[in-house]
Amino acid sequence: MRHLIDIMDMSVGELDELIALAEDIIRDPEKYAESCRHKKLATLFFEPSTRTRLSFEAAMYELGGNVLSVSSAGSSSAAKGESVADTAKTVSCYADIIAMRHPKEGAPLVASMNSSIPVINAGDGGHNHPTQTLADLLTIKREKGRFDNLTVGFCGDLKFGRTVHSLISALSRYENVKIVLISPEELKLPSYIKKEVLKAKNIEYVQTADLLSVMPELDVLYMTRVQRERFFNEEDYLRLKDSYILTPDKLKGAKSDLCIMHPLPRVNEIAVAIDDDPRACYFKQVLNGKYMRMALILKLLEVNI
Amino acid sequence: MNVDSIKNGIVIDHITAGLGMSVYNLLGLDSLDCPVAIIKNVASRKMGRKDIIKVDADIDLNLDILGYIDPGITVNYIKNSELVDKKSIELPERLVNVVKCKNPRCITTTEQELDHVFKLTDREKRVYRCIYCEVQAK
Repeated sequence: MRHLIDIMDMSVGELDELIALAEDIIRDPEKYAESCRHKKLATLFFEPSTRTRLSFEAAMYELGGNVLSVSSAGSSSAAKGESVADTAKTVSCYADIIAMRHPKEGAPLVASMNSSIPVINAGDGGHNHPTQTLADLLTIKREKGRFDNLTVGFCGDLKFGRTVHSLISALSRYENVKIVLISPEELKLPSYIKKEVLKAKNIEYVQTADLLSVMPELDVLYMTRVQRERFFNEEDYLRLKDSYILTPDKLKGAKSDLCIMHPLPRVNEIAVAIDDDPRACYFKQVLNGKYMRMALILKLLEVNI
Repeated sequence: MNVDSIKNGIVIDHITAGLGMSVYNLLGLDSLDCPVAIIKNVASRKMGRKDIIKVDADIDLNLDILGYIDPGITVNYIKNSELVDKKSIELPERLVNVVKCKNPRCITTTEQELDHVFKLTDREKRVYRCIYCEVQAK
């Protein structure tokens, strides 16, 4: 039995298989419409989320399966003090697979250690969000056709942005990838990721606070939101929240085939005027997320079509 | 200075000079009622100076704690006044309930009876990270 807790739990070969499966689902969704008939996905969301939970639920319904849902900690037994371990053991009796979001980092790992069914980490605090990375990878593959020989810029909150950390780790396994880190001083990528991922794998990277100066060299620009919920101090949040706002003006020097991504939700980091630009890929990313979650559910349930 | 040799017990040798008291405290040797000697700043050919701890009883030692604090340590087991075993301590791959995770966002802060587990991620710099949240042990 497999779980997905960290994107690095999957080899490059397994990611390639998942991407190929997702692309087959896109080509022929009918073929998969009954593939999870009589299977149940439990979505255990102990932290507010709209898109990730809906994405998992839509994915399961499109596979012909059913969904059991807990959408807030207040309406679950966690409010009574039940441990994550006990919740996982209990839900294992009702469902075939679990997708868990939890504010505490490592909670899905604890669930996987106690569950008798596969557990998918749907986001644990500021730590990991591997299914967002799956969505990001499928988007890059479909837009750029490859993962190697790319210059990928990450802009905004690189300190608390879990999607950034996971995608950098995933991309570090491909050849000739250059990473450009664009952030204010206070929100720079944690040094351990630079050391243990970028330097350890000899990935070329640059750090800058100036988005415009690096814009012309980017193949992919990954924008992020400065997340209020990751700050203990409201003053720091207010000071940093508007650090980078992408507007049509700022795209003047960009490549014509730039792929602009964002894990969403967006607050104001990307001007709405950019939505109609063919380089805007963030809503495609949402759709790709659903297809990758469908592929992941099939893989973890060991359903072969 | 003379410290009596021990008949049955343990000699923790090659402790980095100055770390003897830390080793003593972390191993909980203060709770023993047998004779325990901490010898500090002993001349050593290999290390210049070192600390030594002698425990006059055959006790179970948590070698992971020793490896985490000071991986150059050697542990000598004495039986009937003779050396019967000698263990060189290495940096352990995993630490279980040796250090606690200090990350307030970590699941270990709320989950009942969850072991605090750290894995070695950088042997050269002796970096351990929590297996749950990946925050570095301090």
